[in-house]
Amino acid sequence: MDKHVLLRDLDIPDIRELAVYQANDGYAAWRKALTGMKPDEVMGVVKDSGLRGRGGAGFPAGLKWSFLPKDIFPKYVVVNGDESEAGTFKDHQLIENNPHQVIEGVALCAYAVQAGTAYIYLRGEFYEPARPLQKAIDEAYAAGLLGQNILGSGYSLDIHIHLGAGAYICGEETALLESLEGKLGQPRLRPPFPAVQGLYAKPTVINNIETLANVPPIVLNGAQWYRQYGTEKSPGTKIFCVSGRVNRPGNYELPLGQYTIRQLIEMSGGTIDGCPVKGVLPAGSSAPILPVSALDTRLDYESVQAAGSILGSASFVILDDSVDIVWAARKMVRFFRHESCGKCTPCREGTFWALRLYDKIVGGHGSSHDIDMLADVANGMANKCFCLLGEFATSPILSTLKHFRPEYEQFVREHQNGLPNTYGDQLIRDHAISVAGGSVVEVAY
Amino acid sequence: MIKEKRASDVEKILAKYPSKRSAVMPLLYLAQEEYGYCNDAAIREVAELTALDPTEVKSVVGFYTMFFEEKTGTYVVEVCDDLPCALRGADAFVRHCEHKLGVRAGETTPDGKFTLRTVMCIAACDRAPVAQVNREYHYSLTPESFDKLVDDLK
Ligand SMILES: Cc1cc2nc3c(=O)[nH]c(=O)nc-3n(C[C@H](O)[C@H](O)[C@H](O)COP(=O)(O)O)c2cc1C
Ligand code: SF4
Ligand code: FES
Repeated sequence: MDKHVLLRDLDIPDIRELAVYQANDGYAAWRKALTGMKPDEVMGVVKDSGLRGRGGAGFPAGLKWSFLPKDIFPKYVVVNGDESEAGTFKDHQLIENNPHQVIEGVALCAYAVQAGTAYIYLRGEFYEPARPLQKAIDEAYAAGLLGQNILGSGYSLDIHIHLGAGAYICGEETALLESLEGKLGQPRLRPPFPAVQGLYAKPTVINNIETLANVPPIVLNGAQWYRQYGTEKSPGTKIFCVSGRVNRPGNYELPLGQYTIRQLIEMSGGTIDGCPVKGVLPAGSSAPILPVSALDTRLDYESVQAAGSILGSASFVILDDSVDIVWAARKMVRFFRHESCGKCTPCREGTFWALRLYDKIVGGHGSSHDIDMLADVANGMANKCFCLLGEFATSPILSTLKHFRPEYEQFVREHQNGLPNTYGDQLIRDHAISVAGGSVVEVAY
Repeated sequence: MIKEKRASDVEKILAKYPSKRSAVMPLLYLAQEEYGYCNDAAIREVAELTALDPTEVKSVVGFYTMFFEEKTGTYVVEVCDDLPCALRGADAFVRHCEHKLGVRAGETTPDGKFTLRTVMCIAACDRAPVAQVNREYHYSLTPESFDKLVDDLK
């Protein structure tokens, strides 16, 4: 990969400016579509490209678009920029540094399904990164690339930004729709699916920001071009967010399936002090931890699944041997306890009790019996929650128990007084490293 | 009163959606800026503008963490201590912030200047420790740069 497809700001630093974006093929796909392609043709190219959703589930984007009924209007495009999975910061970089490509992707999606309005739902904490995105939208309107009768095509489109207000559950697509409608961000029962009855009960496409940022180069260069990257089942490039105990945390855009987790860690500068890797979370707190034996797993949807986890949003949190697994699991469970929306009992109660148990163990009052109880609580939640958040919440518990049970046992034996409240200090000594961190261009392999 | 003071903002927000109800969150942000927090007057005004019952608006305020139900300091300092940041020292960093401001996380300084909160991941884990002050990011903080940030706001 000699150039980035998505993180183009790393090759062209000023690409957030409209003029620079346009001088580098920006809005060429949009012009091509509006002046010479039928909506179905745009949808067809995206289908053929095999582009899969980057928000977590990996569902084929073109196929999703084709589920919208043709004869019902208005239709909506809703863009998921909630980006609240711990360890995920790719959409953040895209809207801040390459916003026009996001807008062009949203526009192409809207044209393909013939929606007249698109809402970009950003997490409330993106108040500041929303500014360059809004500026880019304003520029696109001023240049006649959005608004009424775009480029004389007869097609009209409005794009609005909507800010959430701090709730991880709003990343779940139906909760997001509720939130956008001004209600509590709690998931809806499905069916009906959003494609049929989404925003305001109208046909709606929901895609992640990164997913849609792939669309302009696909429409411009064709499905075959896109498929030169990645594998048959996981085509294209993907942004991998690397955080935790590595020297150079940041976003790394790589062709799917080409590299392994071990290589990703090497690209990220390796672990701090070269400390051995203890485990890797491939999708933040939500997917099962992978042990070192899985480090040679290739970075695509199928391979990570075969290894026992989920690629999801590809937010790789790296844990090394300096990290206490019980402490890390408690942090993750605390996250889910905090973010449970309270709608259903298994998740609301389960996360409460699980955190109580972790607090007891980390506080130095745990026993073997408490470890068993943790497993019981998690198993009691599994497959009983109203939405996937509750299921996600079981994964830090069950997967760390599966791979690191002896560490739990050792913890309750050795930490009768709990972790010292200065525990975090040992993790701060390499503080300066994070200052130097950030995105770097893919290293040669 | 945002209806008078921020009339054009209110109008712009309402025009974005086919349903007034969708404007509840953006209007609450406006109201929060004007009233300082989502007090009863703010809630009543947003309810009126969105044709909702005040209890419905109140439940929205209660659901989302970025709407404040109580008065906050002039500057709301939110430090992330979620796992990825904690792996890079965020826990100790939070203790430094507490020490510097002289309050525990969740509290407001006696002079009403700063409210310190800890938050879950704010999508900047590559630049930990990270904080937001009134929703503006401050990346790759050090104890020294945090002290300077606070001193400059004093
Ligand atoms: C609890 C939960 C949180 C989610 N958070 C996000 C998120 O922050 N961003 C996102 O794009 N998708 C998130 N998703 C996935 C969305 O529900 C949905 O699948 C996605 O937006 C579809 O877009 P895609 O097909 O382009 O990935 C989340 C799902 C669940 C269950
Ligand atoms: S599983 Fe959790 S987040 Fe999902 S609906 Fe139930 S309580 Fe809400
Ligand atoms: S964990 Fe702190 S910003 Fe993500």
